[in-house]
Amino acid sequence: MLLLLTLLVPLVFALLLCAVPSGNKSLHKTIATAGSVVAFAVSLALWFSFDKTNPGFQFTTNWMWIPSLDIGFRLGVDGMSLLMVVLTTFIFPISIIASYDSIHDRQKMYYIMLLLLQFGLLGVFVSLDTFLFYIFWEVVLIPMYFLIGIWGGKDRIYAAMKFFIYTMAGSLLMLVAIIYLGQYGQNGGFTGDMQKLMTIAPTIPLDAQQWLFLAFALSFCIKVPLFPLHTWLPDAHTQAPTAGSVILAGVMLKMGTYGLIRFNLQLFPQASLHYADLIAILSVVGIIYGALVAMVQTDIKKLVAYSSVAHMGFVTLGIFSMTAEGVQGAVLQMVNHGLSTGMLFLLIGVIYERRHTREMSEFGGLAKSMPVYATFFFIAVLASVGLPGLNGFVGEYLTLIGAYLSDHLGSKLYAVVASSGVILAAVYLLILFQKMFFGPLTKSENASLKDLSGREIGMFVPIVILCIWIGFQPNTFLSVTETSSRAVVGVIEGLKGESRYADVAAARLNPNAPPALVPVKGMENVKIAPPGTPPGTPSSVSPVPMPMPNSKKEPIRVKVPADGGPVQLPPPKR
Amino acid sequence: MVSTFLPFILLLPLAGFVINGIFGKKLNSERLSGLIGASAVGIGFILSVAIFIELLGLSPDARSVGVNLADWITAGQFSVGFSYLVDPLSVVFLLVITGVGTLIHIYSMGYMHGDPGFSRFFAYLNLFIFMMLNLVLADNLLLTFLGWEGVGLCSFLLIGFWYDRKFAGVGILWTGDAAKKAFVVNRIGDLGMLIGMFILFSQFGTLNYGQLTQVLSSGAFFPGGSDLLTAAALCLFVGACGKSAQIPLGVWLPDAMAGPTPVSALIHAATMVTAGIFLVSRNATLFTLSPTAMTVVTCVAATTALVAATVGIVQNDIKKVLAYSTVSQLGFMFVALGVGAFTAAVFHVVTHAFFKALLFLGSGSVIHGMHEEQDMQKMGGLKKYMPQTYKTYLIGAIAIAGIFPLSGFFSKDEILYHAFNDSGPVLWVVGALAAFCTAFYMFRSVYLTFDGKERFDHHHVHPHESPASMTIPLWILAVLSVVGGFLGLPAIFGEHVHLLHSWLEPVFAPAYKFYSQHHASHTTELVLMVVSLCIGIAGILTARRVYIQKPGTADKVAARFPAIHKLLWHKWYMDEVYEVGVVKFIWMTSQSFLYRIFDKKIIDGMLHGIANATGAAGRGLRQLQTGVVTNYVTLFVLGILLIVGYLILG
Repeated sequence: MLLLLTLLVPLVFALLLCAVPSGNKSLHKTIATAGSVVAFAVSLALWFSFDKTNPGFQFTTNWMWIPSLDIGFRLGVDGMSLLMVVLTTFIFPISIIASYDSIHDRQKMYYIMLLLLQFGLLGVFVSLDTFLFYIFWEVVLIPMYFLIGIWGGKDRIYAAMKFFIYTMAGSLLMLVAIIYLGQYGQNGGFTGDMQKLMTIAPTIPLDAQQWLFLAFALSFCIKVPLFPLHTWLPDAHTQAPTAGSVILAGVMLKMGTYGLIRFNLQLFPQASLHYADLIAILSVVGIIYGALVAMVQTDIKKLVAYSSVAHMGFVTLGIFSMTAEGVQGAVLQMVNHGLSTGMLFLLIGVIYERRHTREMSEFGGLAKSMPVYATFFFIAVLASVGLPGLNGFVGEYLTLIGAYLSDHLGSKLYAVVASSGVILAAVYLLILFQKMFFGPLTKSENASLKDLSGREIGMFVPIVILCIWIGFQPNTFLSVTETSSRAVVGVIEGLKGESRYADVAAARLNPNAPPALVPVKGMENVKIAPPGTPPGTPSSVSPVPMPMPNSKKEPIRVKVPADGGPVQLPPPKR
Repeated sequence: MVSTFLPFILLLPLAGFVINGIFGKKLNSERLSGLIGASAVGIGFILSVAIFIELLGLSPDARSVGVNLADWITAGQFSVGFSYLVDPLSVVFLLVITGVGTLIHIYSMGYMHGDPGFSRFFAYLNLFIFMMLNLVLADNLLLTFLGWEGVGLCSFLLIGFWYDRKFAGVGILWTGDAAKKAFVVNRIGDLGMLIGMFILFSQFGTLNYGQLTQVLSSGAFFPGGSDLLTAAALCLFVGACGKSAQIPLGVWLPDAMAGPTPVSALIHAATMVTAGIFLVSRNATLFTLSPTAMTVVTCVAATTALVAATVGIVQNDIKKVLAYSTVSQLGFMFVALGVGAFTAAVFHVVTHAFFKALLFLGSGSVIHGMHEEQDMQKMGGLKKYMPQTYKTYLIGAIAIAGIFPLSGFFSKDEILYHAFNDSGPVLWVVGALAAFCTAFYMFRSVYLTFDGKERFDHHHVHPHESPASMTIPLWILAVLSVVGGFLGLPAIFGEHVHLLHSWLEPVFAPAYKFYSQHHASHTTELVLMVVSLCIGIAGILTARRVYIQKPGTADKVAARFPAIHKLLWHKWYMDEVYEVGVVKFIWMTSQSFLYRIFDKKIIDGMLHGIANATGAAGRGLRQLQTGVVTNYVTLFVLGILLIVGYLILG
């Protein structure tokens, strides 16, 4: 019920807002803010009542909708989707508060659109039915289209159309794939139940899996966006109002990467192995390409938009490393990108409201006139650069090490080349920062700019706290997603005959089985019976034994010859 | 005691950073801000001494204490924590960082007096100390990396501290450009470190120094047995090159002089730039297992030592001279590492921290007294105006020139001795040449600044001695520069007189399993010592002849060899090569090809093509539905005719 409540709060408040007379502007703001704050509060309750050790889906509802096709109103979250839900509910209040001073035109409709957008986004992350998922996927599209098209910048119509058509082209293919996939329901019937499909889909013949994979992947990769499908993003970002950009970068792009994990990896593991190299290569190209193109932008917003292409490349690389480290890193990086890029867009919104320009050359020396603003901007830049101690580093590092460790990818070079993205990130972001904030105040308009107001500081402080928190204590979040990441990776490893995470994967597919114990941070000391212990042997917590993964104690695979002579290094760990 | 004190040593500077960073403006008191900043480090120093004394009381093999403060990252098989390692090596660095750090904090209270960013400055300095301590105290590579990038960040902030000032350089107009250059070049090194970590983790499943050393020295490996180990070592060395300004990544350090002088002393001379030496020493076993890597280290280091020293000869900016001198001295330290003389490298880190911090602070005192003038050609004869500064600067110069019995003599001599012994005469000659240059350019700077004619404008510049808060740290460092050498007396003075060697022995013992050092006779040692002393004296005398006895000689020599002078003046054109070959090249490619052509023309062009084609198809098909009935009838009849015709003819 808690989950359903989280989902419905924005919708209820949107309807409530419809009933308010359009003249009462302050009431619009209050209702919209209240709605998003309530949704955040409910999602926090969800967060704290979530069971990290359970690899299955939680807070599920399963209401039949079209019984003949086995399509239902099925909701549920695992660690990954929970994190996305909380990210969404966290970003929205901030985006709404950021709009107070910038939106005056058709204000009521604007806030209704934002709340509907939130409803759609939450729906995407909590659906456990392919049709429901598709519906929410499309629901997201419409409010965003209007947000760009009505409240956007000069070229808003072009950008809105481009955004719409790009996404639509992908999602139609997804619909076809969903229908095709549904036919594999049990006993020759149709189904939209994703939990059933998780068992069925991996058994689909490889050639069919490949087509399904490609259809889903195309739709998701457009959303991510993966190089070379990214060109809608810079236009959409530059034209969208601040809140639109924040939500677009902060949450909407994650629909794509979330879909890649939930659908492509989980449902089509064989096809995933088959196409892993393709996507990894495109990710690496995107990382470098996005950074190089970002470097030469003169419009601040465009620069950040291209940097998104680079950052999301790390996410897709991590996902298709198909290692627990990589997937964990990718999921965390989804949050990180939401925070740091979201914050950059908010900051750009702040300066745009004051100066009505986003040309880098219009600025310079702002550190003198707006020191507080400069400080927040610098923190966002550092988070984006991936400086250790801030959020970005943890995610990037894990995706890279995942990609390096992965034996599903064809080459270690992917990780090596992708790593050079950290240099380029420093280049373009420091160019941006330096041009805007360093040097003397050359323009008189900049000298008299007001520094951040209390409301604006209030928007940034929670983000900064989270950035630092994740930088130093990422386990707070990693521990929530660890089980779900292992469940996904376990499916892939099962195909290769490896069994590190097989129990978790199996436990997800069969929720009735006794829950497998998954070591989660803080629970390492729980004693577990060694593998091979006969059933019934007393074990302190769980009847299901599972080998304890712990890197520190992992034996190092060095073979010493019997004669004690020198040995060669073992082959790289595969 | 160690585990009780360590959190305070680490967290006090962090607290200082937070207090000065957030509330500094509100405090609005230089005295308070400075006091908070300096005491955060000062207390750390006292606690560090206590830790040192405690370790001293333990048996040599027990002098290694691990302290785990918190978890950090756990995912899949990967797990690292905020765990620290207090052992002889980290204690040496700990003492240097907090000790010299405290002095420089005190000095800064005088130097930065009246600066509007006073509290911000101390906040950054404290943050730097915090990060630097993480770097040297970490028990795993990733935590070192946190400190590693953290000090890079502080370096960026402090180089660009006066962000609205101009600073000249190749491709550099403002101090901010220099700051950015430092950060980016360092990041190139960091890339190496990242990859090195990937290799080590995928190979051994851990990034913990202790575990790595244990596995590496377990007998399963032998020198040269593994290309992967060589690759890992070289990757780490790339990181070290970035941070410690070795060729080809050394170009950022001279431009880093755009920062306030105490920063140059603390970060760009005494501590941060020695991080590379720390990294290699910490992973000594890995390096000794790869003779290739050791050779590369030696070659890079020797080249850097000599090239940087030659550039130092012709610079006129007093801080630039010291900057190139730092690069050159770091080269010396890496030479020591390359020939397996790890102790000698650490020894030189310590003595260099003393005398180079002293020299930088001295130059800062001069700049302060000369109203921000840094050009030595516009100084001269300052010794009568600032006697304290002159005396201490002179002591620093004698120490770095390697004159017995000051500290620089012992540490540099040890490195040259090992170069001769473990590598050969060629390396020794290169080192000796660099040492000669060092003595020469240091005394050139002494003579140009403090001796000779007063070349400054008496109407506008009134040189004055600096306040006590600045001269007292100078004198303390001067004393350390004189006596620091007794930490490592050579073997001819007796058994076990090399205190540092005995102290560090347990740390480097695993590495020496794979690296046997040669021992020369006392005679050889003594001869080398005398020769290296003579080289130092010769350098000084040459400088004296050129700049005091026959002023004007320098210009004549420069005019005689214009090509060489130009080459040195332009720092071997390294900056120019990078500017044109790398920066401009990448920029132009991204701008004119990737963005303008590939993104805009090819990708978007294709999309627009599809969209336009769809539109055109629609417009074309629309012609069929005009709503004019006669057209429909015509088509209808034509269609019937076609079908009928087909039926009849077919």
